[in-house]
Amino acid sequence: MDAVVEFLKPHLLPLLWAVVIVAVLPLVAGYIVLLERKVMADIQARLGPMRVGPHGLLQPIADALKLLLKEDIIPANADKWIFWIAPLISVTAAMLALSAMPFGPVFQIADLNVGLLFIVAVSSLGIFGIVLGGWSSNSHYALLGALRSAAQVVSYEVAVGMALVSGLLLAGTLSMRKMVEAQAEQGVWFAFLVPVGFFIYLVAGIAELNRAPFDLPEAESELVAGYMTEYSGFRWALYFLGEYTAMIVVSGIGTTLFLGGWLRPFPNVAAFDFLDYLPAVLFLALTGYCFYRAPKQPVPIQKAVMGLFGVLCLGITAALGWAVTLPAEAVARAGILGAFWFLAKVFLFLYSFMWFRFTFPRYRFDQLMRLGWHFLIPVSLVNVMGVGAALVLHRQAGWPLWQGLVLGTVVTLAVAAWLILVRQRRPVAAPSAGGEV
Amino acid sequence: MAETPTRHVHFPGMDTTVLGADEIIINMGPQHPSTHGVLRVKLHLDGEKVIGSECIIGYLHRGVEKIAEHRSYQQFAPYVDRMDYVAAVSNGLGYCEAVEKLLEVEVPPRAKVVRTILTELQRIASHLLWLGTHALDIGALTPIFYCFREREEILKIFEKYCGARLTTHAFRIGGLQYEVYDGFEEDVKRFLADFDRKIDEYEALLTTNRIWVERTKGIGVLSAQDAIALGVTGPVLRASGVKWDIRKAFPYAAYDRYDFEIPVGSNGDTYDRYLVRMEEMRQSRRICLQAIEDIPSGPILGKVGKVMKPAPGEVYHSIEAPKGELGYYIVSDGTTQPYRVRIRPPSFINLQAFDTMVRGHLVADVVAIIGTIDIVLGEVDR
Repeated sequence: MDAVVEFLKPHLLPLLWAVVIVAVLPLVAGYIVLLERKVMADIQARLGPMRVGPHGLLQPIADALKLLLKEDIIPANADKWIFWIAPLISVTAAMLALSAMPFGPVFQIADLNVGLLFIVAVSSLGIFGIVLGGWSSNSHYALLGALRSAAQVVSYEVAVGMALVSGLLLAGTLSMRKMVEAQAEQGVWFAFLVPVGFFIYLVAGIAELNRAPFDLPEAESELVAGYMTEYSGFRWALYFLGEYTAMIVVSGIGTTLFLGGWLRPFPNVAAFDFLDYLPAVLFLALTGYCFYRAPKQPVPIQKAVMGLFGVLCLGITAALGWAVTLPAEAVARAGILGAFWFLAKVFLFLYSFMWFRFTFPRYRFDQLMRLGWHFLIPVSLVNVMGVGAALVLHRQAGWPLWQGLVLGTVVTLAVAAWLILVRQRRPVAAPSAGGEV
Repeated sequence: MAETPTRHVHFPGMDTTVLGADEIIINMGPQHPSTHGVLRVKLHLDGEKVIGSECIIGYLHRGVEKIAEHRSYQQFAPYVDRMDYVAAVSNGLGYCEAVEKLLEVEVPPRAKVVRTILTELQRIASHLLWLGTHALDIGALTPIFYCFREREEILKIFEKYCGARLTTHAFRIGGLQYEVYDGFEEDVKRFLADFDRKIDEYEALLTTNRIWVERTKGIGVLSAQDAIALGVTGPVLRASGVKWDIRKAFPYAAYDRYDFEIPVGSNGDTYDRYLVRMEEMRQSRRICLQAIEDIPSGPILGKVGKVMKPAPGEVYHSIEAPKGELGYYIVSDGTTQPYRVRIRPPSFINLQAFDTMVRGHLVADVVAIIGTIDIVLGEVDR
């Protein structure tokens, strides 16, 4: 017995984290959807969900219940087994990618030495779910959506990979944890060292996620719902869950490699130590707001729910406050504060995804491909070479690293400008003759 | 018109049994989010490229023209509101003026000016709806809410004026039924005061947006010759470079009193049509601003009897509706009911240019082109 306990001991914590992720993720995804609807409403000058719970706070739960209770439809001519398994592939791939994601220095299931490779490899398996789902539906719209998706992800994978390489060269490691530590040592987030790489990652990442303005596989005004057209109920919810999990994964990679992971802003500068109190103060303010709004809700049950959310925020405030009081080297302190900063940065990513979605029109498919192959990929290649050259100059010729990187960035931007100019010079459709009548 | 490969049989009346193996037929609509109602488009695709199309219409056919033959002239007036139901006021104006021409009734100047104001507001409302849905089709989710915010103000003015928001039946044959309500001028002025800024807001989102320009420039090009040959009118024609606007060519209502420009495009593509309509909204605002400052006093209804019995004869009258030339051809046999009413709906005729515009483009452009023609199926099918 003791032997078994001894054997399990190192696995207990990772196991616990895994259970937490699988259990909490659907809820989190639901609330990201609510957040998206609220952000959308804000941008579009309206209120968004307001009925289910105070300010629509229970909407995700109502939605989930509805989807679970819906009739389970499989089209008559669909390939039943593939239709059944395709959404599962999407969700599984996205969730598996989270297993190497460091949500703070403590909260990480496994720190693989090839962490980034693993995440990128596993998360791109999710495309199988989309292609198979679209194909097995036996519908033209779904098939077109799936084909578009496959082409899009394959194209942008290259640009994403190259953008990641530019960060990796600076970190010198594939381990997600060591990347953050490298940024702590160098005292600067890599987004500031390789801004072009970060930008390309952001753009290509959105394309990989099939989100607007690159949401062609599910372009609702052209392909109805793309590969999801024939899906309904719980299977559809699984696709949704997979999509939002993939959003967290892409944001998580970006945060870890470019935005310093769980590090707070200026982690090595003592003058900014007050930032450690920020999380607790933020949630205290949120708690105050919840309690302030609770009596103003129209119905008793909504008052109660608002109060409950206040209590929840108070609990988080307490945890964050408690973490700050701990000595600097305590594991819990680093873990809790780190998790806050990591999630805050992921939230920034998610917000910008939503912001783009509600601001930009949609690209057309050939334009999307042109943007990827004619612009992002060449620029990202030049960028990688620039970073490489900067490192060589730094190590062999003793240049300061930043000088080489500035040079590399300038060269990359020049190439980007040249590419844009070349494209503009290409003739557009010939204008037809006009005339007065 | 692009040539289809010889292997494929030409449209229309295509024999679908001899299709090439690499072609797929997609049936867009009648239930589709961006066919603007119950338009059904059969698309022949080579990959995603459109090599032929066929519009199938009639899902909303109500026999409006036939109904007219069994109603008195006044009774038929509300029916025309149901054709282009996003521009009911314009429909009503066209019908009322046609019957007035038949009856040879003089409309008092006050009625003419109020009609002009309401019709131009209706044009703005119609263009706003077009802009919102068109942008939505191309994937910009936000402008439609801004457009509806302003359209709501116009509909409120209509509601206060005649009690209805959509199918207004705002005018009567011979003039107006209702005097304008107290505060009408202030409401219109308040709306117009900051509407210019609102158009700037939409333009900030779209006009110079890289993606928007790429999605609309060079898409659905319609040359001036093609446009004229197909009988296209309205903003679609003007975007092709033809300066033709019935408000200037055959002024009706009170349009001859006001200064306004006719915006004209040069390329005849979707982007030009977008620019033309945006400018038209500014020009409509300009007309309203001039008109609201100077509404003549006097009666609102001309000398029409309770029973309308026009002398036998025929009349054609057309106006510049938001979507193009809206014409009414009315034949009277001397009774209280028209012998025949033929309506020239702009949407139906503009839709005929769809195939010319869509060939060679991609599926994504199809929705952009349907949006840019600005059809209302109630008017196409009647």
